Amino acid sequence: MNIWLVFLLGGLVTFGMRLSFIYLFGRFDVPQVVHRALRFVPPAVLSAIIFPSILMPNNYLDISLTNHRWMAGLVAVLVALWTKNTLLTILAGMAALLILQLVF
Amino acid sequence: MNKYMKSFWAGVRAEAPLLVGVFPFGLIYGALALNAGLSAAAAQMMSSIVFAGSSQFVTAQLVREAAPGLVIVLTIAVVNLRHMLYSASVAPYIKNLSLRWKILLAYLLTDEAYAATIIHYEEEDVTPTSHWFFLGAGFSLWFIWQVSSAVGIFLGAKIPASWPLNFALPLTFIAMVMPVLKDYPVIAAALSAGFVALLAFNLPFKLGLILAALIGILVGTILENRKSPKETL
Repeated sequence: MNIWLVFLLGGLVTFGMRLSFIYLFGRFDVPQVVHRALRFVPPAVLSAIIFPSILMPNNYLDISLTNHRWMAGLVAVLVALWTKNTLLTILAGMAALLILQLVF
Repeated sequence: MNKYMKSFWAGVRAEAPLLVGVFPFGLIYGALALNAGLSAAAAQMMSSIVFAGSSQFVTAQLVREAAPGLVIVLTIAVVNLRHMLYSASVAPYIKNLSLRWKILLAYLLTDEAYAATIIHYEEEDVTPTSHWFFLGAGFSLWFIWQVSSAVGIFLGAKIPASWPLNFALPLTFIAMVMPVLKDYPVIAAALSAGFVALLAFNLPFKLGLILAALIGILVGTILENRKSPKETL
């Protein structure tokens, strides 16, 4: 599929979801179960991306010490818990990866 | 300054602290999109057509991995599902606006615009000017996102390809997910999605992400219903 068509469809879907209940309000109530399920979308989606990208950097599961990504990811997790600061988390994780690559 | 513009600028001011946090995201997005092989024009167009940060990051990753277009569209849909929650949440406050306003505000309904606007509505309720507050919050975020993406695309062209720039994606998401892990259904949703993503990594067409996300959402919902069955009725 042409990349512009992908963006157009992706944009339409996103816009449609943003407009959905704004447009339907009064005509249709949000079922309670949908409301509840939506709360789990961000943690589920984000984790589904995080896990493989730090534990499978070469497309297979690698939790050895030669895979620097999960260790740097762990540093980021700890910094996120400790500081709750997005930018610091990214910088700490990046720094950890660069240091691990330099040292090992 | 008339009362509408006053409300607009109040929205911009409420959004300002969030803008500071969004700017680096836009930079990283721009650099990452270029690094994934998108053209500068395509990377910038994604910021204005799709206009949803995390799905843009994921799309860049999928483009790098040469995933089929339909899977990219589906993945964008799953990643952006949460916007329906925002839509449902702001709907009662803007129900009396014209369709034109509803369309405009829906386009601008991002995580950050929602965060600032819903606080305003909850504190002040609906006033004759409150949709201008929403517009101020939403538009300022839109503007900063376009500018920061452009700067990221410009700078990204100068970053050596050997830099582990794609690692910024999981790091960004770690920073986003850690603060929401507050109760056990959410933690279980995150962990189960993560494990399924590992197991399903080699599914064809990069469908593993969608499957993992859906299972995570299912696990979280089931656990939550078990925790407080009365509230679901």
